[in-house]
Amino acid sequence: MSSDSIRLDGVEKSFGAVRALAGVDLHVAAGECLGLVGHNGAGKSTLMHVLSGNLTPSAGELSVGGAKITGNWTAAAAQASGIRCVFQELSLCPNLSVAENVRIVHRSLKGLGWKKRASDLIRAKLDEIFPGHGISPEDEIADLAIGKRQMAEIARAFTVTDGPLRLVILDEPTSSLDAVTAEQLLAYVKTETARGTSVILISHLLGEILSTSDRIVVMKDGKTVAERKARDFSRNSLVAAMGSEAHERRQATAKILGTDVPVLVKARPKTGGSTALEARKGEVIGLTGLAGHGQTRMLLQIYSRDHADVKGAISFIAGDRQSDGIFNLWSIGRNITIRSLKALRKGGLIDLAAEEKLAEDWKTRMAIRTPDVNNNILTLSGGNQQKALFARALGSDAAIILMDDPMRGVDIGTKQEVYAMIRAQADEGRTFIWYTTEIDELSHCDRAYVFRNGEITASLGHDDLTEEKVLQASFAETAA
Amino acid sequence: MNRRLLRQALPFISLAVVLIATFIVQPRTMSYFGLNLMLQYAVPIALATIAQMFIITVNDLDLSIGPFVGLVSCIGATLLLDNPALGIGALAVLIAAYGAVGALVHLRNLPSIVVTLGLSFVWLGIAVLILPSPGGKAPVWLKAIMSVQIPVVPFPIVAAVVIGVVVHLALMMSSYGVIARGAGGNPKALTRAGWSMLRTKIIMYMLAGFFGVLSGLSLLGLTTAGDAHVADRYTLYSIAGVILGGGEFIGGRVSPMGAVVGALTLALAGSFLIFLKISPDWQIGAQGAILIIVLALRALVTYGEQKR
Repeated sequence: MSSDSIRLDGVEKSFGAVRALAGVDLHVAAGECLGLVGHNGAGKSTLMHVLSGNLTPSAGELSVGGAKITGNWTAAAAQASGIRCVFQELSLCPNLSVAENVRIVHRSLKGLGWKKRASDLIRAKLDEIFPGHGISPEDEIADLAIGKRQMAEIARAFTVTDGPLRLVILDEPTSSLDAVTAEQLLAYVKTETARGTSVILISHLLGEILSTSDRIVVMKDGKTVAERKARDFSRNSLVAAMGSEAHERRQATAKILGTDVPVLVKARPKTGGSTALEARKGEVIGLTGLAGHGQTRMLLQIYSRDHADVKGAISFIAGDRQSDGIFNLWSIGRNITIRSLKALRKGGLIDLAAEEKLAEDWKTRMAIRTPDVNNNILTLSGGNQQKALFARALGSDAAIILMDDPMRGVDIGTKQEVYAMIRAQADEGRTFIWYTTEIDELSHCDRAYVFRNGEITASLGHDDLTEEKVLQASFAETAA
Repeated sequence: MNRRLLRQALPFISLAVVLIATFIVQPRTMSYFGLNLMLQYAVPIALATIAQMFIITVNDLDLSIGPFVGLVSCIGATLLLDNPALGIGALAVLIAAYGAVGALVHLRNLPSIVVTLGLSFVWLGIAVLILPSPGGKAPVWLKAIMSVQIPVVPFPIVAAVVIGVVVHLALMMSSYGVIARGAGGNPKALTRAGWSMLRTKIIMYMLAGFFGVLSGLSLLGLTTAGDAHVADRYTLYSIAGVILGGGEFIGGRVSPMGAVVGALTLALAGSFLIFLKISPDWQIGAQGAILIIVLALRALVTYGEQKR
């Protein structure tokens, strides 16, 4: 291939004894969209960090635009060669405005009037990718919801000043986007590749990989194990190539509850509307609709028992792991047991043996992949960190579990394990209220409420939880 | 949105309240001469506060700024007077030392609080070696600068506005100021975009050293004699000034205008307490109380903002 935008030959990277990349050969042609899939821990993130210059490979060659890189490969060098990265955990400065964040990646935005140029640049790009985005360049990142932050970061990656734009790497770009904005992004990826820019798309959502990519590379254990044109892959063959034992299984029927089953949660959104949410013992209730339309606020309202009728202890599983979920200086075990410390008391002190037992017990039940629960939580991959958060909630005495889009950026294998666990726990009588941005996940719910502008606009039964009906309800005009 | 405005206005409102209270207690201060006298020590405090603010911008804290200002005043009253070239050289070395501290803190990943706490004794020690007891003399030109009479508006107010505006332009408006604040907001994002955190920290620490030198010299211009202990309280004043002015300890959220206003408020609060005939023994405590009241108000505003 002559028009290689970027090429890796035998790239290796080791962290101590762990071999994250074991000789990767990869090339992306100009104007190509390459889909990259694999389980968490397959080496995709390491590969991205190598490409973006944040990690120096232990061995192997890297060439950009046909020229072999001989000097030091740094983040600045990668930027200068036109390689941009949208990382899974966002790389925006929360204390700066959207426009100021644009300045950080563009060295040429300086001198008089730089702010106006930066604002114009990002506004135009946001308008192009996400029409109707509702983001102002003056908005401070900290004030934006996570979905909008992701939109801002994606748009920033595609902005062009003086240097070339060669390759944009998108790592789970749709994880916090709702169905509509995700669709807008994927459409834009096609436009952008038609202009000659290369895109590497990393996603756990196989549907978007299959529909958007030209070619798909499957990674496993730090190596590329399969590579084919996207049209030669199907969902099943892709899953098979990733070596996943899990299969997407739709839950056939919803649970039929007798009238004697008690209602544990009853709450009407404070933000408006007359419809109230109701959850009965043992139910799995979905919250859906476009992202940021009041679902998280509903969960917080229930959690704080603010204008909500709640019977039973509550536990909350955060989706924004980094900021709301984990204690990143603590061990895995302590991260699991923090919710249950009250129950672990013995004579005013924490019973260390019981704490250890609880952590070990849930490590096994959730299949958290670690040799020792006393390791720091950050030694786990993202998916396993999320499992630890599930263990924290499920190991507690909570009867009601609130979930705030907890599966962001979690691989399919892990998801399947967690879905099964939720179902089993619901059968034992726990109630789940589950905000999800992935319509596929609603199939695991007994019922779901659709939110729009802070109101509940529809309540759908299990059989109505199809993409079409959910989208319809998300956009339906609310009756006055 | 209104609450955000309210929050930004809070330092100014606090200053106005203290100012009005002072005018009520002692109406004679409501004059050119009165303001001049009351606020003259606000200039060195404001400069030290700005120095502290540069350090806080990159998520560190400088516990050595007070003794550092004292050391500068000692050097100014001796070396700078006797041998200007040597004096300027010594001050330049001090600024370079600040840069080295920034590099050390970043490279060894040390807590800045510990490093600067240790350094505070080093500065104090050198200052005492240079000037074992208060003495020396301020250079004439320094005294002249600090006793400038500007028509209509008192000099300290003009100086405070100039300091605030200049630093505001550099840190809040310029494209490099964005990088400095970004370093406090998300260092990882900055590194990923190809900026050097090491360089950013060294520059911010050197800026702090530079403003510390300015603070020491301006203080010397007012006191006219050097004293190693003259600015011991400045460490707390400077931190309090930054926080009073709307800054936060971590996250790169600072406000130069607010910091200057915070420094003015603290300086005024000192005078106000004297007018109230509160014994100096209680003054620190009373200033602490003012600080707590303002921060409590801010917490209330922020709480309302989050509830929205």
